[in-house]
Amino acid sequence: MALVLKNITKVVQGVTHIKPTSLTLETGHFNVLLGETGAGKTSLIKMMAGLDPIASGTMEMDGVDVTGLSTQKRKISLVHQFFVNYPHMTVYDNIASPLRVAGMAKSEIDGRVQEAADILKLGPMLKRRPHELSGGQQQRCALARAIAKDSQAVFLDEPLANLDYKLREELREMLPELFAGRGAVVVYATSEPEEALLLGGMTALMMDGSVAQFGKTAEIYRAPATLTAAQVFSDPPINDAPVRKEGDTLVMGDIRWPAIGDASGLSDGNYTVAVRPNFILPTATATATVPLSGKVSVTELSGSESSAHFDLHGKGWVSLSHGTHPYRIGEDHTFYMDASACLYFAPDGSRVA
Amino acid sequence: MKTENQKAWFFVLPVLLLVAFNALIPMMTVVNYSVQETFGDNLFFWEGLTWFEQILTSERFHAALGRQFLFTFLILIIEVPLGIAIALSMPRSGPWVPVCLVLMALPMLIPWNVVGAMWNIFALPDIGLLGYFLNHVLGINYDMTQDPIAAWATIITMDVWHWTSLVVLLSYAGLVSIPDAYYQAAKIDGASNWSVFRYIQLPKMKNVLTIAILLRFMDSFNVYTEPFVLTGGGPGNSTTLLSIDLVKIALGQFDLGPAAAMSLIYFSITLFVSWLFYTLMTKDDLN
Repeated sequence: MALVLKNITKVVQGVTHIKPTSLTLETGHFNVLLGETGAGKTSLIKMMAGLDPIASGTMEMDGVDVTGLSTQKRKISLVHQFFVNYPHMTVYDNIASPLRVAGMAKSEIDGRVQEAADILKLGPMLKRRPHELSGGQQQRCALARAIAKDSQAVFLDEPLANLDYKLREELREMLPELFAGRGAVVVYATSEPEEALLLGGMTALMMDGSVAQFGKTAEIYRAPATLTAAQVFSDPPINDAPVRKEGDTLVMGDIRWPAIGDASGLSDGNYTVAVRPNFILPTATATATVPLSGKVSVTELSGSESSAHFDLHGKGWVSLSHGTHPYRIGEDHTFYMDASACLYFAPDGSRVA
Repeated sequence: MKTENQKAWFFVLPVLLLVAFNALIPMMTVVNYSVQETFGDNLFFWEGLTWFEQILTSERFHAALGRQFLFTFLILIIEVPLGIAIALSMPRSGPWVPVCLVLMALPMLIPWNVVGAMWNIFALPDIGLLGYFLNHVLGINYDMTQDPIAAWATIITMDVWHWTSLVVLLSYAGLVSIPDAYYQAAKIDGASNWSVFRYIQLPKMKNVLTIAILLRFMDSFNVYTEPFVLTGGGPGNSTTLLSIDLVKIALGQFDLGPAAAMSLIYFSITLFVSWLFYTLMTKDDLN
């Protein structure tokens, strides 16, 4: 089964919200829509769900044109960022409600509700009402409603965004097995690059109402097509600066390093270099050899990783490394960059090496 | 050893004083009248529960109470569904929202006695717009000063006109507080418009509707000014509601004892019905 979008657009009162977008979303893996707030993830999902009209273009589900089909007639599920359950119904009735609307037999409904509740560990809460559940349980109830139903497509719009860290981890681990073998096209919107990497599958990077790049999640991460794609798919933000190629050397202010790998094939001229923070380390290693000196402004320790923000030629750069390091805020520190991990972009933003 | 902090009393004291001056002290004067016979020159004689017995067994009281319940029942079964229906058909967003809200609020801003006077003139059979239209254009024999049915129809219509807005505004507030996500979820479940109303809008409006019904119950049960100005309780006693009857006894006949006893009974009924309704409506939430 596949959900195929052909040049679909969304226009609200003359303003284009989604520029012509074509995507082929398939079953068997997660299709992640990754982008910042306002990039158009929710708009795209609402169009795919039939909740918002498509201004132009067509949409096919399993080879059938569903562009103008009403939401009620599509076999889809949607889980929102905030927890949407019928407030006065028990968890059981909430999960059963779409099945009852579909006119399913009582025994079959019971079987499906029990199955969904077992997978999502809601068994003991079936008789409770949503307001008697914790946030994580409420969202599990919404997810159970989505999987109990025979859906051709399941849309998950930042379903973990309103949960606290631990619950988010727990629920994210459950997600892949939840949809495995159900045959539905799973679309997952998120603003967190880390989440896209953890879920794997395919990723569509969204920017300003259009898809900047679509492909296997790991490949896009490794080889972003444009500078903006690299910026969207990096947390902490990717470091970038203007650089000049001169012969077999790259020059960034007073810093020089030899052109290696693809970069050696670049013609002389101006480029933008981008380096992910985890390739800028506080000490020299076999690969991290290019020294960068700058004044440390902020340091953060998150679990086993530590990050340092430092000033390089008037721009803020970030280093991310394992372990803890005795940075002194306000003092110069020499970091080391891994030249082989540098990405180079032409002035028009496309990646050249 | 158990230590008790008596400081809490000081924090409760302001509320106690407020309630005392606002409610308890005025009510105790009524209680005082209700158990005594009052003569001129401030002469009082103890009567015990005589007045209560007299009121509770009086046919006049039963008739007024019956009319009062009928009035409240009629306006509630008209105003609540009508108010919900109007709220549902109002736009949720856009330039018409403030226009609708102001139009809805207008009737409620008019003083009660003005409403009564307005409708009185409006309904006059020969010169009132409504009265003239009904009698001379539609040919319906309508005279609220002569015909009890016409008088009832007029006071009910007036109350509906004056107070449906309250139900509309409260229901509307409940409706706009429902996030779009609920409507989307219902659409995705394949729910019909009726299901959306029954399973999303109504439950989400429940709390504000409880307040709306409670307010409309109390106000309509205690209503005085509008029907008094409109019909004066007539023709005959046909629109003499409890409050109108009470004022007749207290100020018309100056029977302070029976009037005080009647006030207390009246108050107890309002309080009891309100309590019963509120308890029933919020029972689910407490469990």
